[in-house]
Order: sequence, then structure tokens, then C-alpha cells
Amino acid sequence: MERDEESSGPMMEVCTNGGGEETSNRRPIISGEPLDIEAYATLYKGRTKIMRLLFIASHCGGNQTMQLEALRMAYDEIKKGENTQLFRDVVNRINGRLGDKYNMDSAWCESVDRRAEQKKGRLENELSSYRTNLIKESIRMGHNDFGDFYYACGLLNEAFKNYVRTRDYCTTAKHIIHMCMNAILVSIEMGQFTHVSSYVNKAEQNHETLDPIVAAKLRCASGLAHLELKKYKLAARKFLDVSPELGNSYNEVIAPQDVATYGGLCALASFDRSELKAKVIDNINFRDFLELVPEVRELINDFYSSRYASCLEYLGSLRANLLLDIHLHDHVDTLYDQIRKKALIQYTLPFVSVDLSRMADAFKTSVSGLEKELEALITDNQIQARIDSHNKILYARHADQRNATFQKVLQMGNEFDRDVRSMMLRANLLKHEYHARAGRNH
Amino acid sequence: GLCSSEISKTIGGMSSTENLITSIQGLSASSGDLSALHRILKGAEETLRADSDLELSTLEELDASKHSLGYLYLLDVLTCGPMSNEKALDVVLLISRFISSCDAEQIRIASDKSTASAKRTTTVLIDAAAAADAETCGNQTNRTIISWGDDDECYCFGLVVVSLCKRFKDRVLELEDPLRGVAPLLSAVRKVQVSSKRLTALHPDCLQLCLLAKCYKAGFSILSDDILEVDQPRDFYLYCYYGGMICIGQKKFQKALELLYNVVTAPMHSVNAIALEAYKKYILVTLIHSGQFSVSLPKCASTAAQRHLKTWSLPYTEVGNCYNEGKISELQAVVVAHSSDFEKDNNLGLVKQAVSSLYKRNILRLTQKYLTLSLQDIANMVQLANAKEAEMHVLQMIQDGQIHALINQKDGMVRFLEDPEQYKTSEMIEVMDSVIQRTIGLSKNLIAMDESLSCDPLYLGKVGRERQRYDFGEDFDTVPQKFSM
Repeated sequence: MERDEESSGPMMEVCTNGGGEETSNRRPIISGEPLDIEAYATLYKGRTKIMRLLFIASHCGGNQTMQLEALRMAYDEIKKGENTQLFRDVVNRINGRLGDKYNMDSAWCESVDRRAEQKKGRLENELSSYRTNLIKESIRMGHNDFGDFYYACGLLNEAFKNYVRTRDYCTTAKHIIHMCMNAILVSIEMGQFTHVSSYVNKAEQNHETLDPIVAAKLRCASGLAHLELKKYKLAARKFLDVSPELGNSYNEVIAPQDVATYGGLCALASFDRSELKAKVIDNINFRDFLELVPEVRELINDFYSSRYASCLEYLGSLRANLLLDIHLHDHVDTLYDQIRKKALIQYTLPFVSVDLSRMADAFKTSVSGLEKELEALITDNQIQARIDSHNKILYARHADQRNATFQKVLQMGNEFDRDVRSMMLRANLLKHEYHARAGRNH
Repeated sequence: GLCSSEISKTIGGMSSTENLITSIQGLSASSGDLSALHRILKGAEETLRADSDLELSTLEELDASKHSLGYLYLLDVLTCGPMSNEKALDVVLLISRFISSCDAEQIRIASDKSTASAKRTTTVLIDAAAAADAETCGNQTNRTIISWGDDDECYCFGLVVVSLCKRFKDRVLELEDPLRGVAPLLSAVRKVQVSSKRLTALHPDCLQLCLLAKCYKAGFSILSDDILEVDQPRDFYLYCYYGGMICIGQKKFQKALELLYNVVTAPMHSVNAIALEAYKKYILVTLIHSGQFSVSLPKCASTAAQRHLKTWSLPYTEVGNCYNEGKISELQAVVVAHSSDFEKDNNLGLVKQAVSSLYKRNILRLTQKYLTLSLQDIANMVQLANAKEAEMHVLQMIQDGQIHALINQKDGMVRFLEDPEQYKTSEMIEVMDSVIQRTIGLSKNLIAMDESLSCDPLYLGKVGRERQRYDFGEDFDTVPQKFSM
């Protein structure tokens, strides 16, 4: 980005505290403000960085500047790697809109492809020689190298197969974990989260205690798998268990900001009040993560303290950016819906009667809209109350246990009566058929 | 008295009928005499049928109440052939008088071999359905012939009086005057019935006449028995089907549901026409009564029923599924689309009742969620035309006791109340007590039934044969060894 010389004032370089990269860590990246793509991209490395940028480019709606920014960064990143397919893809999408520097570079493609072929040949030779020598460790490394190679080229299926093949040549626990981590990485990129779960299990089955960072990485992966499978409670529990030592060490998959966001939102949507307090608000480890996304922290606190308007406001402002997240986007609506429902239920819980117009203000909706939402919750038996539509008041309704019991008992008595009589009839009919058949046989 | 051998010597002459009359008059006093008489009458049957001199007027020499047994046999012989309409009228009168004055003990003695033919029942089934539905739907409907699944002709030892009554019923129907037959058949049922728990072959005939004559109350009176023992399954199916229809006519949907349920879940190897028609009505009555529809039959229904009943009643299951969704306009569309099917089955009136019950169900659901609601809101939510119609429906439901509510006409508001029953009155205690007693009684019956079954040699034989299938091992030797093959 060119700095405008005129407006910089005296020819002094204005240095902010700490400079460069640290500043971007201070300012929250996932917030209500429009996404700073550059800052966002610095959170990740490797293939996921590219995929996330491409995702943002295709999902940012009509926002041309954002799209082009994302595509540009994607282009630069892809060129650092060896994936020519992605390169062709991104060039198509840029479509010449970014000037000459961001056009098709066939020379680059050809040279990369050629190098890849050469490397492939070399790896194959090496592997076959290792195989004949039957040195386990070398064969393992050979397959691993192949896996890395295919991963860099973007041939994820082949990469996965090769990583998995190393399993037979693993001799130490470290090897197994290495294999599992690779398999998990490729599975996440491929979107096959059932594999992710099974390899996480495999890695965790190790009897030796895991390195804490590796353990944290595995929990993140597991959390992601649960999230994709819509098991929000389990996902929340996994994310909340991630130790803060993780830092940026897993940024080929997930950033700590993501851990905070996913964990926080899933917890809010699925935990009950006591679990929320114990595992989120009082969770010292998770606090470090929440510091990175202060808006999520605020909205969780607001929810717990019943400041629903503020909570929903934060949620609303975060929505646009969350929809740009590659893992969360198709769960945003469900999670928001669940959080809203929980808020409505929690609001009505302590009261005998609730004024619907005040409640509607708190939830930023109209009284009739609120009535409809409450009606749905009452039908689902999540709220025990009834609506006085004339005066627009919600009255708590506590079922009279005694009457309900009598009613049920009488009902059961009658049902028993009918069922037993029917049963005896059927038995007699069967018996008759029996005798009739026996009669005919004689 | 005279012994049978002496009597048989005199029979053969022209005065055999007269001799018979004399024996009847003489041997109708004690039970010993009656069994002797029975033997004589059985022996004389062939000759009687051949005797062309035998006429209705001969019966005047006998007293129906004192000489019921003999009267019965003669009547049986006299009425078994075809006859003209005028004669039929006389016969009908004669039989009615006989039934009302005969001695129940005597007529129960007379049994003979009779074949129960299935075919003639089916057309009559549809006629009865037509009559009942025309009542609710108000238009003439066509008749359809459906055929019985198994052509089941079986020989059974039935009572002479039963075949007589059946013939009586046929005559009454030929004369197109079913009302004539209602009272006689009602009393016939009571006289033939050995115990109120046992179904007789006359029950379905009686119910059928009640349906055709639209005497629902009369029919309902014999439905209050608790039938537990059944001789002929076909009688039972018809009894339940007709009974269900009578209850529908009386708007006693709970009982109708019970009866139809019994047909639908009865053990059967293949689906028969009665069960199918009963199932169709069962679906509709379930909707009217409980507002819920489930396509799967109860687990206790036979596998044949579970597999096949649905395929033959698709329009009805469609109505049921649409009903569950709760939208009136869609339901009405479905009904219109299949109205020709419903008319063919004479169920259109019942279908219309089901549709109007959807409004009730939807209003009932509103009472769960709202304390007060304006009539206009009710109308909107339930898809009624206007507040006036909503008011009508709510009023009807209050009167029927389906909901407890107060209508404030000034505001146009309805206030829903809780069920005022506090279960504290002595009447309620009596109700609970009777339910408890009934339950205890039923449990005892069930245990007794189980005990008697465990001693039944046929059952034991079957279990013994299938011992290999159920490998209970040495611990569970419930069947003595002698019963295994």
C-alpha cells in the first residue's frame, strides 16, 4: 500500500509501539470491524492460508476491494509454493484485474512442473532402493517425503495415502504421532473429518505422555472435527481444553483466535449456565485465548450477566466476519439461533410474569415477532409459560403436579383396560384358529 | 314317555306329521323329555322336508313358548325354501312372534350341521356402509362389490335358531324393511347368548339390521357387552366393523376406535376385505378422536396387516399425513383430490368430519400456548374465515367439554382456563375406585387365562414340537418331555 507522501507531515517515520507485526497482534483481528485481510492472513501459514484467502475472495459478496486484496495475497502465497493447479485457478479468478504483475506466468508453471517431475523421479528411485534394502526407517522417510511432495503439489489423496503407508514402518511413538499429525493435516484440508477423529484417537492412544503442544494440537483438530459434525457441545469442550501453550504453533491449521471464537460460541450455544461458568468464565487457560478476541469475551460475559441486548449486538457485528471463516461459516446461523433461544429462555426463567414489550426491546424485535418466537419455544416445551395475548404478558405456568398425576393415572387405567381386553380377544382368536386347524386335521 | 324306537315304527305313514305334533306336545315338559324329543326331531328331519303337506297353519297347533323346540324345527323346515313376497311377509311375522315368545333354554338345545358361506356377507357389508354414510353425508352412494380374501367355507355345528334367524334377516332385507327385524333379532341375540362374554353368530346380523334401519341406539345396546370369547373369527370381524359404524353414528368415537382397532389388529394370515374397510374407517376415526395419525400399525397387528393394509388405503394415509401437518387448506385439497375414492367407499361423510376436527385440534394446541387470545387471532392462526366462525368453534368445543374457556364478547377475547377438575370430589373417588376394581378383575382374568393355556394339551404339543427352535437349555424346561416329538 503506497503511503501518501503529502499527508505524512514532517519527514519523520512514525513508529508505533513495538512496530510491525506486534501491532497487528494487539489489534483484534476477528472483531466487528471489516476484516483486515493482511492481518488475518498473517495468522496462518501453508496451504490453509491460501485456501482461506480464496474462500474470502469467493464469499465476500460484492466487495471488490476485499476480493482483489484476497486474491492478490493468495497469488503471492501460491507462487512461493509448488502448486501449479492452484496457481492457474487464482489467475483465472483475478482475470487480469490486478494488472500485469498478477497474470499468468506460464514460464513459472512449466519450471515448477518440470522440477516436480524430476523430484518425483528421484523420490521413486530412492524409495525403491530403500525397499530393496529393507531399512524400515528409510522406507518410512521415503513415504513421508512422498507425502510432503504430493501435499505441496496439491495432490491431497496421494499425500494421504503415502502418509498412511508410513504406519507399517513406524517404530517409535514419535513416528506414530508424526504420521497422525500429517494424516490429520491432510484430512482437514480434504474436508474429511471422520479421518481426523480417528487419527486423533490413534495419536492419543499412545501410552507415553504427549508433548503438551502436540496434545493441544490434537485437541484443536478434534474440536474442528466435532464442529464440522455439528456436535457443538463436544467441540466446545475440546476447544476449551486447549492449553495456551499452543500459541501460533498450529497455524498451518488453526489460529489461537479461532480457538477462542469457536470454543466461545459453541460453548454459549450448547452449555447450560453452570457449565458456562465453570468451563468458560472461570477457565484461566481459556482466558488467554479470549484476550485475543475481546468481543467474544465481552459477549459471553454479557450473556452470563443477562445483558442480552449488548450480547446480541456483539453477535450481530461479528456475523459478517464469521461468515468468511472457512470452518465456521455454515454453522454461524445455527449457533446464533441456539444462542438466541437460550437467551430468550434464560430471560424468562426467573420471572412469574414478563412484559412482552420490554422483552421485545431487550431482544431488538417487535412484540408480534417475539410472540412467535416464544410460541415456538413453548411448543417445544423449553419454556413453561403461557402468553396473555390481550395484555401482552407472558405468565409462567407451573403444571399442577397433583392434578396431572391423577389425570395420567386415570388415563393409564383406561388404556390398560382396553389393551388387556384386546389382548385377551386376540389370544382367543388365535386359540380358535388353533383349534379349528386341529379340528380339521383330525 | 315314549321311546324313540317306538316312534320310528309309526313314522312312515301319512300321519307322521301328526305324530310328531303329538310328541312335541307331550315331550316338552322336562329336560329329559326334551333330549328325547331332540333325538326324534333330528331323526324326522328328512321326512319332514319331503312332506309336502306341511304348512304354516300346522304351527297353530303348537304353543311357541311351551313347545319352543318342536316349533323351532317345524319352522325351520317350513321356511327354508324360496317363497313369494306375500308368503315372506307372513313368515317374517311368524318368526318375529316366535322369537319374542320362545323359551331360551329349549332353543339352545337344537343344533345341526350348517355351512357358513362367506360370499353373501360381503355385498351386504357395503350396503350397510352405504346406509350409514348416507346419513352423515346426505347423498346416495353407489355399491361396490369387494370379494373376501379366503373363500372360507367351513362346517360348524351351529344352532338351528341361528340359521333360522339368518334366513329371517334375509327375508326382511328382501322386503326392504329392515326395521321389522331389529327388535326380534335383538331379543334373539339375548336368548341365544350363553354368557355376555361370548359372541354369537347373530350379533353381526343384528348390528347390520340396526345400521340399515338407522336404529343406532338399539345397536349400541348390544355393544356394551365385553366380548372376550369368539367362536368364529368372521363373526367377530363383522361385529367389530358394524359395531364401529354404529358408534360412529352415535358419535361415540372412543368406543368406535376400540372396535375398529380390534379388527385391524386381529390375527389373520392374509388381509381380508372387512379388515381393509375397517382400517380406512379406523384412520378417519383416529383423526377425529385423538388428532394424531401414525402410518405404522400397532405392533400387535398381524404381519399381513402391517404389510398390506397401507397399500390398499393410500388416499386415507395421505389424508392422515396431511392432517399431521395441521394446515386446513392443504387437507381440503387432498380431500378434493381423492373425493371419488372416498365416495366409492362411502366414507365421504366421515372424511368431512375428520377435516372439521382439524380446526378443533389446532384450537386445542393454542390453549397450550396462550392464556388469552383474540377471536380474530384464533381465526388467523387456525385458518378460519373470520372471528365469528372462530367464536362458533370455540363455543362448540366448550360445550363438548374439550376445552375450558371464557369468551368475552365485548373485547372479542377468549380466556383459556385450566381444567377445573381438582380430583377431590367423592364422585371422582368413585370413578377411581371403579377403575381400580376393573383393573384388578382384568388382571385376575389374565392370570386365569394364562393358567388354563399352560394346561392346554394342544398348546403344549406345539411348544414341545418347536422346542428345538427355542433353545432354553436345561434350566427352562417348561414343557414336560412327553410333549416333544
